[in-house]
Amino acid sequence: MTAINLNESSVRELNEKLQSGSSGDKFVVNNTVGKHALSVGLTKKVNVEINGHVGYYCAGMNQEASIKINGNAGPGLAENMMSGEVRVTGNASQYAAATGHGGLLVIEGDASSRCGISMKGVDIVVGGNIGHMSAFMAQSGTLVVCGDTGDALGDSIYETKIYVRGKVKSLGADCVEKEMKKEHKEELTKLLEMAQMNYSADEFRRYGSARKLYNFDIDQVDDY
Amino acid sequence: MAQHVNYIILISTKSMTIKEKRFMSKDNPTLIESATFPRHVIAEIQRAAKTGIYDIRGFGAKREIPTFDDLVFLGASTSRYPLEGYREKCTTEVTLGGRFAKNPIHLKTPITIAGMSFGSLSAQAKESLGRGATIAGTSTTTGDGGMTPEERGHSKTLVYQYLPSRYGMNPDDLRRADAIEIVLGQGAKPGGGGMLLGQKISPRVAQMRDLPEGIDQRSACRHPDWTGPDDLEIKIQELREITNWEKPIYVKVGATRVFYDVTLAVKAGADVVVVDGMQGGTAATQDVFIEHVGIPTLPAVRMAVEALQEMDMHRKVQLVVSGGIRSGADVAKALALGADAVAIGTAALIALGDQSPEFDEDYKAIGSAAGFWDDYQQGNDPAGITTQDPELAKRLDPILGGRRLANYINVLTLELQTLARACGKSHVHNLEPEDMVALTMEAAAMAGVPLAGTSWIPGKNGV
Repeated sequence: MTAINLNESSVRELNEKLQSGSSGDKFVVNNTVGKHALSVGLTKKVNVEINGHVGYYCAGMNQEASIKINGNAGPGLAENMMSGEVRVTGNASQYAAATGHGGLLVIEGDASSRCGISMKGVDIVVGGNIGHMSAFMAQSGTLVVCGDTGDALGDSIYETKIYVRGKVKSLGADCVEKEMKKEHKEELTKLLEMAQMNYSADEFRRYGSARKLYNFDIDQVDDY
Repeated sequence: MAQHVNYIILISTKSMTIKEKRFMSKDNPTLIESATFPRHVIAEIQRAAKTGIYDIRGFGAKREIPTFDDLVFLGASTSRYPLEGYREKCTTEVTLGGRFAKNPIHLKTPITIAGMSFGSLSAQAKESLGRGATIAGTSTTTGDGGMTPEERGHSKTLVYQYLPSRYGMNPDDLRRADAIEIVLGQGAKPGGGGMLLGQKISPRVAQMRDLPEGIDQRSACRHPDWTGPDDLEIKIQELREITNWEKPIYVKVGATRVFYDVTLAVKAGADVVVVDGMQGGTAATQDVFIEHVGIPTLPAVRMAVEALQEMDMHRKVQLVVSGGIRSGADVAKALALGADAVAIGTAALIALGDQSPEFDEDYKAIGSAAGFWDDYQQGNDPAGITTQDPELAKRLDPILGGRRLANYINVLTLELQTLARACGKSHVHNLEPEDMVALTMEAAAMAGVPLAGTSWIPGKNGV
């Protein structure tokens, strides 16, 4: 276990240490005080525990690493993550897991607007509520919301699957409720277990694309 | 009846405005075409009424605008000392990105290849660009959709575009690149996203972009995880942290509010700023966007240089200019106005073989003609360059294409050196605005150089 105190080390020194770690290495990071770009660009199966709130882009572009943030996260948490697992015990600001290609992001608290924007394969599980325009132009992967959603959920969505346990304030363009089949309940149950969320898949509804906007049609122009 | 009227162009010089052009019947001189509703406008109204959708096409602005053609050099004579062609050295090397990056880029020539996507271009075309740029000693650039192995493998120096859509965005590719270009906009459509039409979403393109095959694929108009220049500064920090502060970070903007955009990009920490004028091309977007948004490259260069000079960052943060660069004269004039390098896109594709009369019959078959850049944005490019059709793509031999591109870049470089030597410069970066005058008032005002035969720069000193 290596402890890194950000009162004494710079962000550059922190990321150099984490990026050069070997698989199985464990790190603890203290005194974050909302600093940006912490624990970004990791490529190996290291374990990182961050104590305190973090600023923009924490765990950005993560590959393989497991990163846990004991606090709240600023905008762009785990943006474009490729694999591994990122967990925040508090809330996350805007654009969490934006354009994420893979791996699992767990937000135990609430997520702000545009959570999962343009997501491309990442799985996101939010324990609380999420803000407006979440999963905007979401391409693939899964967004699970254990609480309520804001306006325009899944606007212009492609092939991402969305599961919501609470209320949906409104759906965005081309996003519709879909039948919850056996395979969806199985997939959701597995994700909830991985995220350590103690809910039954039976409590959720499924949303996805109506696929009406995939090719431009002048008669659909009012939907945009 | 219109179909029986044999129109001829009576007045059509480049200096005339569209309103002064008149198209009359040879047989009936009283028939005068409307300046407000000329035939191409009537045709567009009829097309819009028939289809219900705006016109989409590739390429950049087609309208007449002030260009580098409106400037001329003042060659050396009594008061200046020229250099001997082919004998006295006039160097062209350029270094980009030394402000913060550990590994700046060194190029033999200041003529680079602009970002163009795999998806909009075939894999063979991307490979050709890499081959040609490498032979000529310059860089090429990826585009929306990510980096292909063909492109990386054949490009000695490759700039990786970081775009709003993040299609194919992969941190391994960031680390494989030689520089990173954050794209905020492009000259053909500043403020607009892109649209790769479904006909070009082949299985490979779909897989790279993580989208279903055959759908119209929207490229976002703004980045998904920041808003504004303060956030951009943090994004640049993140990219540097991920790449060990090795790669130069470029910021590319479409030319609009150039002075402020360049200022903000520099304040955000860019190593290099790329400014793309309205003549810059695109794979496909709305014609109304291409023709009516953004400003020409000519004033954009001056505005960018003024911004850099005001911050004392000229030559410290490099300026790359693109949009309508065609000749060594264009390059020399951009450099004389203060750019460090230029980027070519459309001209590079022509060098590969696009718009070739060799494919006349095929252009006719799709209702187009060589040189008109229209009606093949769906991917049916007869030259096999802007396509994903495997049969059409075979028409371009990447080795031959690369050789043609290298030849073309070498010609531009020779032309650039010729003009620089004539002005007495031993490095092309020693060219300066004082080496030029303008042939029109518009160009004088936009470029900030005197109208030929006068000392008058319209707009300078309140006159």
